[in-house]
Amino acid sequence: MKTVIVRYVAMALLVTIAAIVVAREQTDTNHTPDRWASERGMYVVSFTSSLDPIPINKMHEWMLHLEAANGEPVDGAEISFAGGMPEHNHGLPTSPRVTENTGGGDYRLQGIRFHMKGNWQIIISIFEGPTVDRVVIDLNL
Amino acid sequence: MNTKPRFLALLVAAGISIAGLGPAAHSDLTTEWSKEEIELLRSLWLGSLEPLLSDQSNAVADNPLAARFGHALFFDVRLSGTGDISCATCHQPARRFTDGLPKGVAIGVSKRNTPSIVGTAYSPWLYWDGRRDSQWSQAVSPLEDPNEHGTSRRDVVNVIITDDAYHATYEQLFGVPPGVSTHEGLDRTFANIGKAIAAYERMLMPGPSRFDDFVAALVDGDMQAVDILTADEAAGLRLFIGDAQCIRCHNGPLLTNNEFHNTGVVAFPGEVPDKGRADGIRLVRADPYNCLGRFNDAAKRRCDELVFARTGAGLIGAVRTPSLRNLGGTEPFMHKGQIAALHDVLEHYNEAPLALIGHNEAEPLGLSDEQLEQLEAFLLTLDAPIAVAEKWLRAPDTTAAALPRN
Repeated sequence: MKTVIVRYVAMALLVTIAAIVVAREQTDTNHTPDRWASERGMYVVSFTSSLDPIPINKMHEWMLHLEAANGEPVDGAEISFAGGMPEHNHGLPTSPRVTENTGGGDYRLQGIRFHMKGNWQIIISIFEGPTVDRVVIDLNL
Repeated sequence: MNTKPRFLALLVAAGISIAGLGPAAHSDLTTEWSKEEIELLRSLWLGSLEPLLSDQSNAVADNPLAARFGHALFFDVRLSGTGDISCATCHQPARRFTDGLPKGVAIGVSKRNTPSIVGTAYSPWLYWDGRRDSQWSQAVSPLEDPNEHGTSRRDVVNVIITDDAYHATYEQLFGVPPGVSTHEGLDRTFANIGKAIAAYERMLMPGPSRFDDFVAALVDGDMQAVDILTADEAAGLRLFIGDAQCIRCHNGPLLTNNEFHNTGVVAFPGEVPDKGRADGIRLVRADPYNCLGRFNDAAKRRCDELVFARTGAGLIGAVRTPSLRNLGGTEPFMHKGQIAALHDVLEHYNEAPLALIGHNEAEPLGLSDEQLEQLEAFLLTLDAPIAVAEKWLRAPDTTAAALPRN
């Protein structure tokens, strides 16, 4: 009986350790979407990347999620995407653009590729009728 | 009864093995190279090169018969207006598929320096200015350049049709050749010839170099690593990934990001500065053989590189980053062979002069002569034989007429 209990405890311990290791690895390698407030406070933007962590030299796409300040998803906005490496005075190697508003505040952004490691700055401009606001995202690859 | 001691022993053993995974296992090496540096070295290591993706635009890209056909075509001087020029005239296997000249010399003088073919299957863009977007569309382009092969697609297709072995091989791969009477037939047969040549070129990959042996040993914690590079080579490597900033563009296992950069290289004597990618993007978009064209074999075309390609003033004077594997014996360097020796290339980046057109993305490095020599010493550790059987590096043993038919 004692042996059985020890075995259960040992197994539980191992499972716990394994779970901790797996959880740590996941937080290490998986990018959890962060949220960025726009400069004029009109929107909150988050994104997920089709390749995670974001690699260099690989074409991929992002799904942008756009919410109003009150948390309501925003559809039908026009979104432009620009960026570069301010320290090195050059832009993105591609011209990514939003190709689809899939609903629920989600926008498909295609044609993203980074060609260097380092500090990138992404500028997402959001146009709705006469208004414009923008989100600046700093990425370290 | 004895479970508890066994369990304790297990825990102790686990503790030992966990400790063994830590820095203590190869402390000497990790004190020399930081964790961040080792991560960068691993990113440059040939062992990190991902398997080549299939080329959906070319249905015969991985077909062995197409590779043999392409091999024969690559060395075939009949594919020229003068009957004495083949792809191998400029892309000489013994010189890592370059020619040792500032600009390629075939029938006339080509526009730019002959780049190597090795590893280009990984590049979304071909040529210094990226005016082609696949190996196969690039492969046929020199054939009709009056300064290079100086022939026409009609004459090239005629060679295929009239040579019995070529004809049979072509038919096996692509079906009955449509003949030379229609533009459509000519264009399609010409594209297929490019696809066979590309099937051969796809096999040309760099082999592991001394640098790769070093990284392999380092990541394994093998103390032998310290003996693989000399002190100067190791110092050069540290500069490459650090202060010299070479790794910004020369990144990944092929040491290129395959992107376009203006680095302020002087114009070729007597010429206006080369507009580089600014011309290349216009040309590739107009190319009927590009990814979006009807000669792309993919069932569902994904042409993100072309569709989302960058345009604008930043492309003026920008040329494609070349791989740094196998630089030895491939001088002169740069897109028009403007710089004769590797040391002078490093001097150029150390100074980072103003660009004549566009803007130089590089900044002065302020490295000493000794550091430049160390960088050069490191770069030469990237030399290695091409990772393909020797028979592929010379003209086929058999004449074209004996091309295998299986």
